Amino acid sequence: MRIGVPNEAAEGGTLVAATPATVKKLIGLGYEVAVQTRAGVPAAFPDTAYTDAGAHIVGDDVWTSDIVLALDAPRGDRITAMAPGSTLITRMAPGRSPELIDLLAERNITGLAVDAVPRISRAQSMDVLSSMANIAGYRAVVEAASRFGRLFTGQITAAGQMPPATVYVIGAGVAGLAAIGTANSMGAIVKATDLRPETAEQVESMGAEFVAIPAATEKSADGYAKEMTEDQARAAAKLYAEQSTQADIVITTANIPGRTAPILLTAADVAAMKPGSVIVDMAAANGGNCELTRPGEIHTTDGGVHIIGYTDLASRLPGQSSQLYGQNLVNLLALTTPGKDGQLTLDLEDEIVRSITVTQARPEPVGPADVLWPPPPVTVSAAPVTAPTPEPEPVDEQALAAEASRKRTLQRLWMSAAGILGAALVLASPLAVAQDYMVLLLAVVVGFYVITAVTHSLHTPLMSETNAVSGIVLVGAILQVGSSNIAVTILAFLAIVVASINIFGGFAVTHRMLAMFRTEA
Amino acid sequence: MDTTLQLIEWTGRLTNLAYLASAILFILALAGLSKQTTAQRGNTFGAIGMVIALVATIARALVQSHVDPANFHGPLVTFMLIALAMGIGAAIGLPMAKKVEMTGMPQLIAMLHSFVGAAAVLIGLNSFLHPHGVTADIARFHLAEVFLGIFIGAITLTGSIVAYLKLSAKMKGAPLVLPGRHLLNLAALILTLVLGVVFVATGGTGVLAWISLMLMLVIALWLGFHMVAAIGGGDMPVVVSMLNSYSGWAAAAAGFMLGNELLIIVGALVGSSGAYLSYIMCKAMNRSFISVILGGFGSDGGAASGADRDYGAHTETTAAEVAQLLAGSEHVVITPGYGMAVAQAQYPVASLTKKLRERGVDVTFGIHPVAGRLPGHMNVLLAEAKVPYDIVHEMDDINDDFDSVDTVLVIGANDTVNPIAEEPGSPIAGMPVLKVWDAKKVIVFKRSMGAGYAGVQNPLFFNENSDMLLGDAKDSVEAISAAL
Repeated sequence: MRIGVPNEAAEGGTLVAATPATVKKLIGLGYEVAVQTRAGVPAAFPDTAYTDAGAHIVGDDVWTSDIVLALDAPRGDRITAMAPGSTLITRMAPGRSPELIDLLAERNITGLAVDAVPRISRAQSMDVLSSMANIAGYRAVVEAASRFGRLFTGQITAAGQMPPATVYVIGAGVAGLAAIGTANSMGAIVKATDLRPETAEQVESMGAEFVAIPAATEKSADGYAKEMTEDQARAAAKLYAEQSTQADIVITTANIPGRTAPILLTAADVAAMKPGSVIVDMAAANGGNCELTRPGEIHTTDGGVHIIGYTDLASRLPGQSSQLYGQNLVNLLALTTPGKDGQLTLDLEDEIVRSITVTQARPEPVGPADVLWPPPPVTVSAAPVTAPTPEPEPVDEQALAAEASRKRTLQRLWMSAAGILGAALVLASPLAVAQDYMVLLLAVVVGFYVITAVTHSLHTPLMSETNAVSGIVLVGAILQVGSSNIAVTILAFLAIVVASINIFGGFAVTHRMLAMFRTEA
Repeated sequence: MDTTLQLIEWTGRLTNLAYLASAILFILALAGLSKQTTAQRGNTFGAIGMVIALVATIARALVQSHVDPANFHGPLVTFMLIALAMGIGAAIGLPMAKKVEMTGMPQLIAMLHSFVGAAAVLIGLNSFLHPHGVTADIARFHLAEVFLGIFIGAITLTGSIVAYLKLSAKMKGAPLVLPGRHLLNLAALILTLVLGVVFVATGGTGVLAWISLMLMLVIALWLGFHMVAAIGGGDMPVVVSMLNSYSGWAAAAAGFMLGNELLIIVGALVGSSGAYLSYIMCKAMNRSFISVILGGFGSDGGAASGADRDYGAHTETTAAEVAQLLAGSEHVVITPGYGMAVAQAQYPVASLTKKLRERGVDVTFGIHPVAGRLPGHMNVLLAEAKVPYDIVHEMDDINDDFDSVDTVLVIGANDTVNPIAEEPGSPIAGMPVLKVWDAKKVIVFKRSMGAGYAGVQNPLFFNENSDMLLGDAKDSVEAISAAL
C-alpha cells in the first residue's frame, strides 16, 4: 500500500507527519511512501533527504494514497479528494468534531484518530499527545525565559548578587514535568502543584518542590486529573494565588480532555503578581487557565505581567516534534501491520486499535463507512504515564484483620497444644532423663540466639559448619564399635565411616569457603 | 579392683570436662560465624571442639573395653577399628571437600546430611541390639528413644538423598505429585505411631519388636523420599536447611538414647540453627513453612493468572551497547540469581566488576535471600571469584536505594526481581523482591524469554527502562568486558 505524507505548511503548520528517518522505517514495514513536495522544509528536512530515504516526491496527488498521514484534520475538500476505502491517520479531536466524522463516514474513509490512543502502558509508544506535551513543556520555559528580563540562575558576582528565578508549575502531567525539568536544569528554583497527590514523587524526581493543595483529593482512575469539589477548588485557588505572587514565572498546564480548560488564575491574581513576571498558559488552545490569556499571542497587562498564550508551542520546535510524531505513527503502523507486508490490518479486538478507529470503511461499493466513535472505555492500568507499575488494588481491611486474628488464634492453639504435649512428655519420662530435657531446651535457646546473629552472606558456611558439627553422632558409634556383638561392631563401624566423612569433609569445606571471603586490600 | 573403679571414675570425670569444653567451643564456633572477620576462627574452634570430644570419647571407649572384657573386644582391637573407620571417612571426605566446585556446594551439603541421617539410623539400631548402661526403670523409655531416633534419622537419610539428586539434576526438579499425597503422609505418620506403641509394648524382645521396628524403618525411608520429592527445585534452599535441622534433631535423639549430653547440646544447636534458617528462607519467599513442606509449588494453578495478560514487547540489546551504558554510569548494581551459578559466570562477573571499579564506577551487588539453591549461595560464589564482600549487600540494605542507581544488571535472576509480587492475587504475591525497576536502566541477562522457576511471567522484562541481553550469561559478561 502507498502512504502519502501531505505538505501542511499551506495551512500554517510547521510539522510534517514523517521524517526521512521514519520514512525508512515505514518502507521497512513494507509500505511505499509518497511525500508531497516541500512538506518537510519548515522542519528542515529537504526533499532530497526524503528521496535519499527511499520516498517519492509527489504533488497534490498525495491525497489519493491508500493511507494518508497528517498532523491535523485536513480541509473538507482534501478529504473529498481522498479515494473511498482509503485511510486517514491524524489528530482529529474526535469528541469535538462530529462534522469531520460525518464527512469521513460519507466518503467511506477509515479514520484513525491518533490523539485518542488510550493511556495504557502498551500504547505509550504511540501517544502523540505525550510526545507533543513533552516538547511543549520545554518550549514553554524557553518562551518564558526569553520574555523574562532576568537570569534563571542565581549568581554572586563582583557587580553584586543575582537572585535565582522562581518557577511555579501548575499541573504535573507530561508537559508540566518537562517544564519542571527544563526550568530546573536552567538553574531556577522550581515549585509545582497537582491535584493528584500521587504525582508528588514524580515532581520531586524532576528536582522540584511539590506544593500540595491543603485538602484531601482523590486518586485518579483514568490517568487524567478530574474536576474538583468546591472545597478543594477553593483551597486550590487560594494556593495558586499565593504561589503566583511569589513566583517570577508561572506555567499552567491544566487541560481536561473534551472540555474548556479550568480558570486557575483570575485577573485579580495576575494583578497581584510582580511586574515583569511571566505566565505561560499551555492550555490557551482550550480557552486558557488564566482569565486574561489571549490565545495565540503574548499580551502584557497594565501591571507589567506578560501572559504568553501561544497555542503552537510544540510546532515551534518542528524538527524534533516531527520526528517524535513520525515515530509515534511508525509504532502505530507497526502494530497494525503485523505481517510487515505493507498491508494495513485493523484488529478491532485490540483495545488500542479499537480506541482510535473513528470510522471504518466498508468494502466498495457498499459505503458509507461505519462510525465507531465513541469507543468503549479502556481501563487504565498505570495511572500516570511516567509510572509503569500498576496501582495495587484496594484491600479489604476488615477481611485482613479477621484473617490475622484467625491466624493468631490458630497459632495460639498450636502453641498450647505443643506446650501440653511437651509437659506430658516430661511427666511421662523417667526421672533419670529429666535433666536431659533441661540441657536440650537450654541448647535450643542458645542455638537460636547464636544463629540469629549470623550475617546472611555466611549462611552457606554456617550450614556446612553445623553439618560438620552434627557429625558428633560419631561419639555414639565410637562407644559401640568395641562391642563383642559382631553385628553391632559392623553397624558402628559403618556409622563411624559415614560420620567421619561428614566431620572431615564438613570442616575442610567450611575452611575453604571462609578463606575466600575477603575485603579489598 | 580399686584401681579399675578409680580408672572408670576418672575417665568419666575427664570426659565430662572434655565434653563441657567442646560444647562451649561449638557454641563459640557458631557465634564466630556471625561475621566474616571472626568466621575462620569460629571454624577452628569447631574443629578443636571436635578433636577434644573425639579424643575423650576414644579414651572412654578404650577404658570401657579394658574394664568390661565380657561385652567388649580388647582396647587394641577397638582402637584399630576406630582408627580404620575414621581413616576411611577422612580419605573419602577430605578429597571431596577439596575438589567440590562452589556451584556444587548445595549438592555436597545435602549429601553430607544424608550421612548424618545414616549414622543416626545405624547408632539407633546398635543401641537397640546392644543397650549399654540402660537400667530397668528406663528400659521402655529407651526403646521409645531408639524408635524416634531411627525414625528421624531415616527421614533425613532419604530426604537428603532426594535433595542431592534434585540439586545435582540427576532427578527432575519438578515436584512429584501423587494423588492424595497429604493423606498418604498422614497415614504414614499414624501407622508409625501405632508401630511405636506396639514396639514399646513388646519390651524390645521377640519377633513383633523386630517387625514393627523394620516396618517403621521402611515407612520412614519412604516418607523422607516422598516428602522431598514433592517439593520443587526452587524451594531447595528451604529443604536443605530443613534437612540440616533434622540431622541436628537426629543427633539429639541419639544423645537421649545414649545418655550423652554433648550429643544433645550439639544436636539442639544444629537443629535450632537449621530451623531458624528455614524460617528466614520462608519469610523471604513470604510463604508459610507448612506450605513449603507440603510441597507441590508451581504445579497447581501457579501460572494461571499471568497467562492471558498482554505485557507488550521487550527490547533486546547488545553487549557493546551495555558496555557503553556501563561506562557512562556512576552507580551500578548487579543482582545475580541461580542463572549465574548455572552459567558459571561468577568469574567474568568479578573481573567485569573489577574493571568498572578501576574506572571509578561504583559497583555493588544486591543479593536476594533466596537467590540460588542454598541460603547464602550467591555470596559463596562471589567470594570464590574474589569479589570483596563489603560491596555485596543484602536485599533489605539496598532495596530503597534503587532509584539512585544508574544501571542494574540482572544476571540469571527472575522471580526475585519480579514486580508482579507486588500485585495481590499473583502466584508470588507478597514475596519481597528486589525493586530493580526503580533504577534508571535495567539490563536483564537471560537464556531465553521463558518464565522463571515459579512459572510466572515477569513484567519487568517488558518495562520501558528494561533491555534484554539474551544468551549465555558467561559469554555475555565476557563480551561486555571485552567491549570495555
